[in-house]
This record gives sequence, structure tokens and C-alpha cells, in this order.
Amino acid sequence: MDMYIQPDYEVVRNSDRCIACRVCERQCANLVHSYDPDTGKMKADSEKCVNCHRCVCLCPTHALKIVRSDDTYKINANWSNQTINEVYRQANSGGVLLSSMGNPKEYPIFWDKMLVNASQVTNPPIDPLREPMETQVFLGKHTVKIERDERGKLKNTLPPQLKLKVPVMFSAMSYGSISYNAHESLARAAEELGTYYNTGEGGLHKDFYKYGKNTIVQVASGRFGVFRDYLENAAAIEIKMGQGAKPGIGGHLPGAKISADVSETRMIPQGVDAISPAPHHDIYSIEDLRQLVYSLKEATDYKKPVIVKIAAVHNTAAIASGIARSGADIIAIDGYRGGTGAAPTRIRDNVGIPIELALAEADQRLREEGIRDNVSIVVGGSIRSSADLLKAIALGADACYIGTAALLALGCHLCRTCHEGKCNWGIATQRPDLVKRLNPEIGYKRLVNLVTAWNHELQEMMGGMGINSVEALRGNRLMLRGVGLTDTELKILGIKYAGESL
Amino acid sequence: MQIDAKDLHFSALGRAVRECADREIVIKNCIGQRYIASGLSGKDIAIYGTPGNALGAYLDGCRIAVHGNAQEATGDTMNGGEIDVYGSAGDATGYAMRGGRIFVLGDVGYRCGIHMKAYKENKPAIVIGGRAGSFLGEYQAGGIIVVLGDSEENKPIIGNFCGTGMHGGEIFLRCDRIPTRLPAQVRAEKLPRLADAEAEALVRQWCALFGKDEKKFLNACYYRLTPDSDNPYRQMYTVN
Repeated sequence: MDMYIQPDYEVVRNSDRCIACRVCERQCANLVHSYDPDTGKMKADSEKCVNCHRCVCLCPTHALKIVRSDDTYKINANWSNQTINEVYRQANSGGVLLSSMGNPKEYPIFWDKMLVNASQVTNPPIDPLREPMETQVFLGKHTVKIERDERGKLKNTLPPQLKLKVPVMFSAMSYGSISYNAHESLARAAEELGTYYNTGEGGLHKDFYKYGKNTIVQVASGRFGVFRDYLENAAAIEIKMGQGAKPGIGGHLPGAKISADVSETRMIPQGVDAISPAPHHDIYSIEDLRQLVYSLKEATDYKKPVIVKIAAVHNTAAIASGIARSGADIIAIDGYRGGTGAAPTRIRDNVGIPIELALAEADQRLREEGIRDNVSIVVGGSIRSSADLLKAIALGADACYIGTAALLALGCHLCRTCHEGKCNWGIATQRPDLVKRLNPEIGYKRLVNLVTAWNHELQEMMGGMGINSVEALRGNRLMLRGVGLTDTELKILGIKYAGESL
Repeated sequence: MQIDAKDLHFSALGRAVRECADREIVIKNCIGQRYIASGLSGKDIAIYGTPGNALGAYLDGCRIAVHGNAQEATGDTMNGGEIDVYGSAGDATGYAMRGGRIFVLGDVGYRCGIHMKAYKENKPAIVIGGRAGSFLGEYQAGGIIVVLGDSEENKPIIGNFCGTGMHGGEIFLRCDRIPTRLPAQVRAEKLPRLADAEAEALVRQWCALFGKDEKKFLNACYYRLTPDSDNPYRQMYTVN
């Protein structure tokens, strides 16, 4: 601990309510709480608190709360407490600052500056309770040449597609970064919802092969756990080129997190660091990317769509255009708010661009070049609600990936301390005593509830616009209007200002 | 079965190989078709001509003999089986290899054996008869690479940056002097003769395959490169 740095949050205990049952002590993997036998009272060390709210939620007498500390340095608009503390930390250790989950900084959120249209008088709204409302989507290439056989029957020339009953999938999160129970929850929820979860780059646990038809497997630069069974047990294969939380860098799972089970899944020895280098060492161009796409297609007999995932960066539109010509079936774009199990703070908070802008730009570019139907577009990082989902589809997305929202459904409180591996909610940890706190039986139902609720909301909003299928909403930017946006922002988003008619 | 690859698109050749019922397949007139035998198992394939990139990617237990040179990314993420190249192989040979063996008579290009890894009985090996380009065994996490340096050119046996980011596995180099410019994270140990049983068996196999004199390659001075556990490759982080 650094003597210069004072805790950001304080544990406040109402001593009238506390019955010294010691639940808080047993629940906290950070060892904040302790029992003092001399006084018969509980004590708390706020310095160790990560503000995950586990103790607050489980205290049977509601005796606990965590508050923002009002201890402060002399107020300075330029040097915030956080900025000063980061300097202290680095002066103390000489280390690279490491953080977790998505970029928490105050950058503009364009989702919140776009408003949605509704029908009034001239075209009637549709009531989703009474009328069919299609939220099923198919991801993959939509351009096919119609061919007939000698008898005039249609030949099936359709490339492989992913069928989603709801336009939401669970983002890539590896076994290693999250727990077995978290993975099981995601896999079962995907199966029940008729959608997909994504293994991330950590391989696929054999127990989850049975969810294969709802599984997207990832091939990243480290190629962990990639072999024939892995590819064959998947519904689709995602090539990870980048991640929104850390564009331009690879991954590093420290040896300490490689448990026996994680080791078997990744197929690397226990306790050895798992390094995913920043680049794929065989990809230096779109032509090289095409090679990886086709080697995977050849290995799986052209039966599975191939997704290429990139981080939203400055030239996303041009890169997307390249990917659409590489033979990939789906492009996944991950915005700078996307989550991570660990990333250097400076990269997470400063590299990449908002997904709203990257999506609008990529969709526009592919349309202009006449290749939009060569690929589907999936976006993530971060989609926080059905409203974000609807706006993303109207900006041109075929479907969305959700990661942070899915973890919240499992109990995550966004304490952003995943890199410590001591998640009190049993999500971002491999410690067996913590993992068992997350019950997949409950977890998967909460995920199903969340996505089902979003789907209802999506249907209601679509109905309000007089639109009865996601297909008709996709890229329908006339359904969006901007507020508080500059001309440049409106131009990039391809939308009009609120109050501006056609 | 014999396949004439002349004028055949890679997807047609790939399909012919996949759908062939015979175990033994001979591909004649190969002219750079990529992805041959991608993810395949249970075949014995002889290729005459030059196969294209990603030959035997994700290979899962075939034997492939290339009577000619191979191009880039031979055996990419290969899981099992054997690839014998009666010539030279290009860049990224054995990239992220996880099992099986690659024997090359001649040289290999850049980034050979990059990110090779091992797990339990899966232990990949690459034996290179000639020289290896730069970045040999970069990010190596497991497995064995042997470079025999059987070349008349009198040039260094490896290029620059050998073993950068290496954190597992071993590299054997048949040479009398320690290669220059090895990274600080790599330890080099001089062996007066090849005493390591595993490496020895690999060299014997290479000699038998390409008809070379065992004595010349076994009774020779080698350098064994391993990650230096006292000086691991890591970046120090500060929890924020």
C-alpha cells in the first residue's frame, strides 16, 4: 500500500444495526472486514475495499453502505484526485497502470444524443401484442447468385448463416478471464434464447461442447485451444484482430490464473503465462487475413460463417471494406467503451473511438461501395439497453454483442477490479470458493430475463415506428434524430437534427 | 488416388482431397494452391510441385510429403501428424503449432515456430536442415525446434531476434559459436554433442528421411536455447 494514496470509498457501518454476524467478513475476498473480539464489534479497512457491494447486498440487517470518500486534495480542475493518485502509484512502483472493464471516462455518449421516431396519424403504429413483430435475424453473406438445376429447381447456393431469434449475442469472454459458472450461465442462456455466446480466446471447455450450436469460438493471435474439435463444435468462428478496450495490443493471462482446468481448456501447461501477441504473425494485410479466413473455411468444409472482430479505430470504414472483401461473412466492431478482464489504463481510456461513429461510418462506406450485403455487421462496446440496441440497428448494425450488460445480469457491480482475480460475485475469478457463489441455474435465467425484456422493448419501439421487422429497421437512419450534436457529428452519424423534417 | 492439380482452383482441390475415400493421395502439378489438407486427418498425401500457403493448417494427424518447396505458414496451428518438405519452407512455418512434426530438408523463412506450444502428450517439433530466418521461435511457449545448419553458404545459422518473447520450449542450433544478438530472456547452453534424447531422436529421424549421415549431425556441437527463468519476459503492472 502506498502511504500517499487514501481510499476512494469508505465502508460505513451502522453500529445500531450491525449484529456482528460476520457475513461481511466471510463474503469479502479482499479481507476488508474483521471481527474484534475485544470489543465484540466488526471493523473495516476501507483501503482494501474495491466497492463491489457484495457485503452491502448480503448484510442481513442492512447495516452497511459504501460511500465516496470526501477526503480530497485541494480541488484542481486540471489535476483530479484520480490523476494525482495515478502519478503516486507509478512513482511508487514504476509499473504500467492496469485496469479492468470498459473506459469509465467522461467522453460523449452518442446513444444518448439520438432520439427515435414514432408514427402519428399518417402511418399507424403496430401493437406487438396483437400483430407479428419479427426480431429474428440471419447473420452472414446475403448476396447469392440464384442458380437452377436442369429441372428448374433452385439450387441451394446460400452461404452459411447464423440464425438469431433476438438480435443480441453475448460478447467474447474467455474461460480464464471469467469463471466456469459464468460460462455455463452464458451458454445455457444462449441456447434458451436462440442466440450465441462467444468463447473468447481461451478455448472451449469439454463440458460445453453440448452447447456447440449456440457457440462462437474465437481464433486469436495466441491460438489457444484451437484444434479440430474446437472448430467443429462451433456454430461460427471469430477471428479476433482487436478488442475495443485495448486496440493494438494483445492479451496476457498471468500464470497464476492458469488453474488445472483453465490449463486443460487452453491446452497450455499449468502456471505458465498465456501471452497473446498484439498482431497475428501471419497477417500483415487484407490478403493475409483472407488466407486465415479461407484456411478456417477449408478446415470446416465451408459450413460455418467466419466473423472478423476489430476494435473501432480511426480507419474503421476502410478496414471494414477490406474485411468485406476478405471472404469473411460477418464483421464485429468493438467500441472503445468495451469491457476487458485487464488492460493498461492508458490504452483503455485513450485508444479507439465510439462505436456509434465507427458503425455509422462503416455501414455508410460498405453501402457506397455496394458491398454491404457481402457481410453482416455486429457491434458491441457498449450496448447498455434496448434503446442502444435499437439505435445501433437503425445506424446499420445487423445485431449487437453485449458483454458488460450480461455480466451485470449475473451480479457484477462494475467495481472494475477483474484483474485481481478475486471477484466476490464469482464471475471474474478462478478461486473455487468464489466461483461457487455464482449459481448457473439462477445466472442463466437472469440472462434470459434481461434479453427477453430487451426484445419486448425493441418490439414496442419498432411497433411505435410502424415497423414490424428488424430487417426494415436496419440502416433506417431516418428513424433517428440528433440532439446536442455538431454538424460534423450529424454528418458522420448520417442523421438529421431533431425538428428537421425530410 | 492421383489428383492432377493443374488449373485446379484451391477450393476444388481442397474438396477433392477432403472427399477422397482413399487413404493415399498423390497430388501432381501442384501450382500454389493454398490450404491443402486444412484440418484433415487420416490421409497420406504426396505433393509434387509447389503447394501454396497454409499447407496442413490445423492438421490433425495426416502425413504429408512435399516433393518441392513449401510456401508460407506450413502447418499453421497444426495439431498432429507429420509434414516432410523435400526442399525449403517459407515464413511462419509451424506457426502456433500444437503437436506433430515438420521436417524440412532445406531452409525456412522468417518467424518459424512462432508461438509454438505444448500440452501434455502434445509436443510439437520442427527440424530444419538448413538455416532459419529471423524471429525463429518468437513467443515460443513449448515444443522443440532443431536447426541443423547443413548449408554451404557459410552464413549464420539463424537470423536476428531468435527467441524474442520465448517463455517455454527449447531450440537446438548446430553451430560452434553462440549466435549473436540473442535477447536477454533467452539462456544459451553449449552442448559438445547432441545428448538430449528427444532432440537426438528427431535428428535421427530427419537423417533417415532425407538420407543423411547421422554421425555428422549427432557428433557435433550444439547450442540449446531455453527461456531464462531468472530473467522472465514480463511487464510490471501497477494495479490502478
